Amino acid sequence: MAEFLQFFFSGLTVGAVYALVALGFTLIYNASDVINFAQGEFVMLGGLSTVFLAMAGIPLPLAALLAVLLTIAVGIALYYLAIEPARGASAVSLIMITIGASIFLRGTAQVVFDKRFHSLPPLFGSDPIRWGGAAILPQSLVVLAGAAIIVVLLWLFIDRTLLGKAVIATAANRLAAWLVGINTRQIVGLSFAVSAGIGAIAGILVTPITLTSYDVGTLLALKGFAAAMLGGIGSALGAVVGGLVLGMLEAFSAGYVSSKYKDAVAFLIILIVLFAIPNGLFGRGKVERV
Amino acid sequence: MREPASHRLALLGALAVVIVLMPLIFPSAYYYRVGALVFIFALAAVGLNLLMGFAGQVSLGHAGFLGIGGYAMAIGPVHLGVPPWASLLAGAVISAVVAFIVGRPILRLKGHYLAVATLGLGVLIAIVLTNEASWTGGPDGMSVPRLVLFDWAVRGSQQWYWISAATFLVGAILAFNVIDSPTGRALRAIHDSEVAASVLGVDVARGKLAIFVISAVYASVAGSYLALINGHVTPDIAGFLRSIELAAMVVLGGMGSILGSLVGAAVLVVLPQTLTILHDYEHLVLGLILMGVMIFLRQGIVPSLAAAVSGRQT
Repeated sequence: MAEFLQFFFSGLTVGAVYALVALGFTLIYNASDVINFAQGEFVMLGGLSTVFLAMAGIPLPLAALLAVLLTIAVGIALYYLAIEPARGASAVSLIMITIGASIFLRGTAQVVFDKRFHSLPPLFGSDPIRWGGAAILPQSLVVLAGAAIIVVLLWLFIDRTLLGKAVIATAANRLAAWLVGINTRQIVGLSFAVSAGIGAIAGILVTPITLTSYDVGTLLALKGFAAAMLGGIGSALGAVVGGLVLGMLEAFSAGYVSSKYKDAVAFLIILIVLFAIPNGLFGRGKVERV
Repeated sequence: MREPASHRLALLGALAVVIVLMPLIFPSAYYYRVGALVFIFALAAVGLNLLMGFAGQVSLGHAGFLGIGGYAMAIGPVHLGVPPWASLLAGAVISAVVAFIVGRPILRLKGHYLAVATLGLGVLIAIVLTNEASWTGGPDGMSVPRLVLFDWAVRGSQQWYWISAATFLVGAILAFNVIDSPTGRALRAIHDSEVAASVLGVDVARGKLAIFVISAVYASVAGSYLALINGHVTPDIAGFLRSIELAAMVVLGGMGSILGSLVGAAVLVVLPQTLTILHDYEHLVLGLILMGVMIFLRQGIVPSLAAAVSGRQT
């Protein structure tokens, strides 16, 4: 039981990060139909720039805030400088552009920062909390709480504000939204900004546990993408559930089967899910108009 | 955009002339090596182009087949005592079988789902190659015995340049034949509209599967060559970034253009070689170029240039 709880909590922690990355994917995908492979780079930028700002002597909370703002600026720049000019390009071209952006951001991070691993001090120390025989890092709870707050805030924003309704309208039908006077360009830009901010916060929260370096983005993006697919792309609920499920499956297979094949299990399950339920857990099937 | 049949012979002839003349301006053996790498990657890109450009099916996992071909060249001779030429064949057969088995369920998926499924397949192959250390040497990889054909040991970049160039030409000719075959016509119909094609009686699933298997074999053969020319193979050959690189070659050069695949491969092979001068800035510049080309030459280099040239004539 103790073992089970241990795997459960580590799965939940990792899953929360996957969920946030998947949520970022979903936001951008809904607003613009773009699969943003640079999503993992937002996580990397958030964590790594906090580390370096803190090393420069800026107090940690301020450093974290600046890092989030910086990442948001990068997200907005990505949209206006790379995605917007390529409007109307094929899906593959857009994927290639975001991959180019991801390589570019990684290359920049490698020059501006360095190639070493870095960590941040955990918010409430590193003495594990004993619970039911399992040891839980306080930072795990911080990650979970942070993820939960982000999800709730995002939901409030989308569901309760006029701007949020404009986001939904843009996602549902960009042309119709534009016709009723919504500045869809700004809305898509906004979704890139929010998505970058979420990624950055995820990166800052998880760095004390998993460490960070210039190249952590790729695998995170792949897993987040996979989580979004698992939940059914386009569904925010699906992204969160998909992320948590993926994190758990990974932790349990690493614990009970083989840690060597931890990453493999994630992709294997995704293949199986895609074959069995091609629209994901919460995705709606699309009827193709001929 | 696509090479018309009447131009193909001229195109292949011109290519052959270029291949023969290029060495005249090569200052050192190193250039032969880069040339060989260009043709090897172009071969894989041509195969992938059949899938992406003609059948309209994206694959972000084709490096997995590159890996199968590459490791066949190492595992065959080292562990099983299979001669290299038979290992190359075995790699191609294994790739074809893997593609055949996973192809049907994978190709049923569309768009982004297809992208993630192929991506998952490629990553899985890379993970297996990394973890089965007793067979593959793990993350450090393993060395590949030299190719010996009829007591003639193939060595040196010069020989590989000619062999790769010849293989690429054969691959291009076969690709043209595939395009013109009934399956090829069916594929183009699938690309334009899957529904319309199936209404007309095209077996969409079979057509897509056939081209997936063919493209896997192209990648596998290219992987085997890559392993032989490097004399060493590591799991990186099957990695996600390699898959992206292959897809980028196709898109960069121009989807549906065989010549484009060669140009795309040339750009993405030669560029990093020259960028090593820039040391740490290599990735930064590479990412910028990839974004720039995709934004400003949306159709890919060759079709965009062709359109510009023909636009000027009229």
